[in-house]
Amino acid sequence: MRLEWVLTPTWPAVSTVLLTFWHACVDGTYLEVFGSSLRRLAIGYLIATACAVAIGVAMGVWRRMFLLFEPLVELLRPIPSPAYLPMAILFLGIDDGMKVFMVAFASFFPILLNTVSGVRSVDPVLVDTGRTFGLRRLQIIRRIMLPAAAGYVFTGMRISLAIALIVTVIAEMVAGNSGIGFYILNAQRSFLVPEMYAGVIALALLGFALNKGFVALERYALTWHEGWNAATT
Amino acid sequence: MKWDVDVRPEIAVEGVGKVFGAFTAIEELSFEVPKGRFISLLGPSGCGKSTILRMLAGLAAPTRGAVSFKGAPVLEPPPGMVYVFQQYTKSLFPWLTVLGNVEFGARSPHAARAGGRTGREECMETLRLVGLEAHAASYPWQLSGGMQQRVAIARALVARPEVLLMDEPFSALDALTRESLQDLLLRLWGELALTVIFVTHDIAEAIYLSDEIVVLSSAPSRILTRVSVEIGRPREQLATRESAQFLAHRRSLYQLVVGREQAA
Repeated sequence: MRLEWVLTPTWPAVSTVLLTFWHACVDGTYLEVFGSSLRRLAIGYLIATACAVAIGVAMGVWRRMFLLFEPLVELLRPIPSPAYLPMAILFLGIDDGMKVFMVAFASFFPILLNTVSGVRSVDPVLVDTGRTFGLRRLQIIRRIMLPAAAGYVFTGMRISLAIALIVTVIAEMVAGNSGIGFYILNAQRSFLVPEMYAGVIALALLGFALNKGFVALERYALTWHEGWNAATT
Repeated sequence: MKWDVDVRPEIAVEGVGKVFGAFTAIEELSFEVPKGRFISLLGPSGCGKSTILRMLAGLAAPTRGAVSFKGAPVLEPPPGMVYVFQQYTKSLFPWLTVLGNVEFGARSPHAARAGGRTGREECMETLRLVGLEAHAASYPWQLSGGMQQRVAIARALVARPEVLLMDEPFSALDALTRESLQDLLLRLWGELALTVIFVTHDIAEAIYLSDEIVVLSSAPSRILTRVSVEIGRPREQLATRESAQFLAHRRSLYQLVVGREQAA
């Protein structure tokens, strides 16, 4: 259905876009495209989570670690990720390694900060309870502090997931030859305008699905958290 | 000082003091706790009773003097001793069920040292002892205050301690629940041959439960007196609390604790 208010190649009819989207879904384009994007995202995100939780716990538990790392964190954190993209390309080239690094670096900070907050907010009574049963420092961190801080950690991870997707797309656009970022940019350059819009729709749906998936995972892992919060307020 | 093994006190506090910066919380305390006794630390709020108990438990260090348990100095929480906190909600692990919390106690390093059975059956048995076997699969925050404190007690007991250190465990509960838990505690103390050090500001509670009451002054604390409670056991909420001995103790302790407060 066309109203024919705008007649330019940059505004295709919605029906054309949706049809193109559907075709790309059915013929497996998106599967391939998302496959490579998600792979980079997943690796970078998991590296970021592992490092951020480890360092975050260290910073939260030991004051000296906090004082050591905090200036560096506060210096690097505010830099928008596109700013160090050229540096990353210089050092790491234009392969997946560079993209994974970008994703990891950008995803690192929200998880780190939230982990530190979470560890700091663990009730001293919980820690003392561990101590009176003979738990050593590391056991207390693993068995008491981590579960107690889990709510905060998951919040940080949820924020970082959104950032990870953004950075993946940017990295693919700037220096890529596969993935959804490249696909969208390439479509624009090749004047495959409906494909470009369709790609954006696909990306939006991916972001939505990732977030919903994460929330479901969070709810499963933290079933006790909601009930506990409700009972203790 | 050499102690004959048979009469060696379970816990010995020698010249213990605690200073927080410029504030002297505890001036100097010395006392011993013989094995198997039920001792109360009684004093007004803010007199440092909890601080003393934490030092006994190895959770805090005295700035002066020393605490010893079975002859060995207490530098960190020793096996054989478990501390039960006043704030049960903050002490029970919210990500574990009631049974999970008790299993934590059963599998803790201190329990392992005591060499007890740590299986699920042992944990369920302990829950039965405190009357909570029906709630094993619930989460602690789903239970009432009294039930939560019972979970905390079960978790402590399953670690087979010789000494139970209790920091005003019933003060956050309503009167009826408090009384039923007092009786539960006395029963457990009798059955399991524990040594209990019980901190409270409630004079009647101290008299009802204890063999001996250590009365503390307000900060900077020191021991005002030690009262031996000769009332026979088993004690009963109504009969004991109406007895002449009980009332006499109450009167003298009230004058000692509250009278001093009013004079101060």
